[in-house]
Amino acid sequence: MKDMIYLDNAATTKTSKEVYEAMKPYFDEYYGNAASVYRFAGESTKAVDDARLIVADFLGAKPKEIYFTGGGSESDNWALKGVAFAKRDKGKHIITSKIEHHAILHTCEYLEKLGYEISYIDVDENGIVKLDELEATIREDTILISIMFANNEIGTIEPIKEIGRIAHEHGVIFHTDAVQAYAHVPINVDELNIDILSASGHKFNGPKGVGIMYLRDGIRIESFIHGGSQERGKRAGTHNTPGIVGFAKATEIAKESLEKRASYEKELRDYLIDRILEEIPYTKLNGHREDRLPNNTNFSFRFIEGESLLIMLDQKGVCGSSGSACTSGSLDPSHVLLAIGLPHEIAHGSLRLTLSDENTKEEIDKTVDELKGIVERLRNMSPLYEDFIKKNK
Amino acid sequence: MSQVLEYSEKVMDHFTNPRNVGEIEDAAGVGTVGNAKCGDIMRMYLDIEDNIVKDAKFKTFGCGAAVATSSMATELVIGKTVEEALKVTNKAVMEALDGLPPVKVHCSLLAEEAIHAALWDYAEKNGITIDGLKPPVTDIDETEEFYKMEE
Repeated sequence: MKDMIYLDNAATTKTSKEVYEAMKPYFDEYYGNAASVYRFAGESTKAVDDARLIVADFLGAKPKEIYFTGGGSESDNWALKGVAFAKRDKGKHIITSKIEHHAILHTCEYLEKLGYEISYIDVDENGIVKLDELEATIREDTILISIMFANNEIGTIEPIKEIGRIAHEHGVIFHTDAVQAYAHVPINVDELNIDILSASGHKFNGPKGVGIMYLRDGIRIESFIHGGSQERGKRAGTHNTPGIVGFAKATEIAKESLEKRASYEKELRDYLIDRILEEIPYTKLNGHREDRLPNNTNFSFRFIEGESLLIMLDQKGVCGSSGSACTSGSLDPSHVLLAIGLPHEIAHGSLRLTLSDENTKEEIDKTVDELKGIVERLRNMSPLYEDFIKKNK
Repeated sequence: MSQVLEYSEKVMDHFTNPRNVGEIEDAAGVGTVGNAKCGDIMRMYLDIEDNIVKDAKFKTFGCGAAVATSSMATELVIGKTVEEALKVTNKAVMEALDGLPPVKVHCSLLAEEAIHAALWDYAEKNGITIDGLKPPVTDIDETEEFYKMEE
């Protein structure tokens, strides 16, 4: 779309030109099934093997520890259910946090129905998991700790290394949903004490519908998709060769440019945060000021509601997202914003703007300028603002 | 965000160019309904003379549909008698807007409630009873507490 300012890169990203070009031959040229024996299929097999090497190298893992999946949600489901079913003789207790993605939370709810017990750890006002509470919650029958690497709404990066250390001291497996973090911040699974990790292709300029799960060698978990012998018999289904190639290509690009991109995005992010907090009154930044994803911003504008804000921004060509109930289709605003202690009204007035390295300072300026007018307009329409002004006269 | 696409042209029109936004000083009746918890608060001001709604204004905290239903509700009650205004239902508001997405129907109920609350206030101020009118429900605000804690 012409003149659109895309600031919703946590929702999904544009598949980069290089990634697209790398994928193309695997649709119509090397379309062989990676599991077939003839030489023609060898191109596909090789592509999948090469991709696995690239991803393993990026995470500091062994190639056999990388499994290709259908996306982040599948990886999360597999990690949780796979561990739960494999370790049920040891115990049925799982620890997670209150701010996880629904791929984790709804899987946990499902496991609760099957008789598993889940503990949901609190976070502080910045969204950091409370480590003392986490450690105190571990029991004899705890089989898994699953804490996200970085939060998808407020961008807060969790103390992953510490969480992994705590888990290992108690002999518990540690899974992290790194869907928002993979290729945005450096990750080394050994250094960070990670046993299982989920990532998704379309969050870092790769294609949609492909993800990975890293599973530390020696940890046995149940299969999730049963069928053929793909992925060492652990994840059946014909390889999505173009998707896997795209995932690897995007990883390769990230490996080369991560630092440069992150520092550019951070600069833009901090500029956006500073302008909004300085120029729009009664505004709060959600999430940790420093320990946050390079491309994430999340604000609460008092007295106004998120969906109204989003529609008006959309009319000005700006794409963002909100934790307001109206955008989730339920009556409750974002569970993440409630977990960091925001009252409902403030949570309803939230706006998430997530950047990419393609965004420019001019785009940020235009966004802030439009936002100022929109917030003012909506506040003048708000009975909450009217009450506030009258009260403070 | 797909819900935006489900809004009718009329809803979008009333959201982007809402009619009768504002306050009426010394209004004959004022009613505030909804709560911050579910994300919608509507305040309706009515100017009533000789049992006729001469003017109506509103202020709304809420989604696109909440703003549009408030706007339409003010349009529908202006010029009506008190008894006729009481009969402006959520259905009438929805129809006038060419419909609402299913998840937004509650907004039209809120608009109906806002009219009732303003009429209730009018009745109370004037010591009259309006047949079929029930007292509005008020809610507590948790936000002030939060900001007290932050300071």
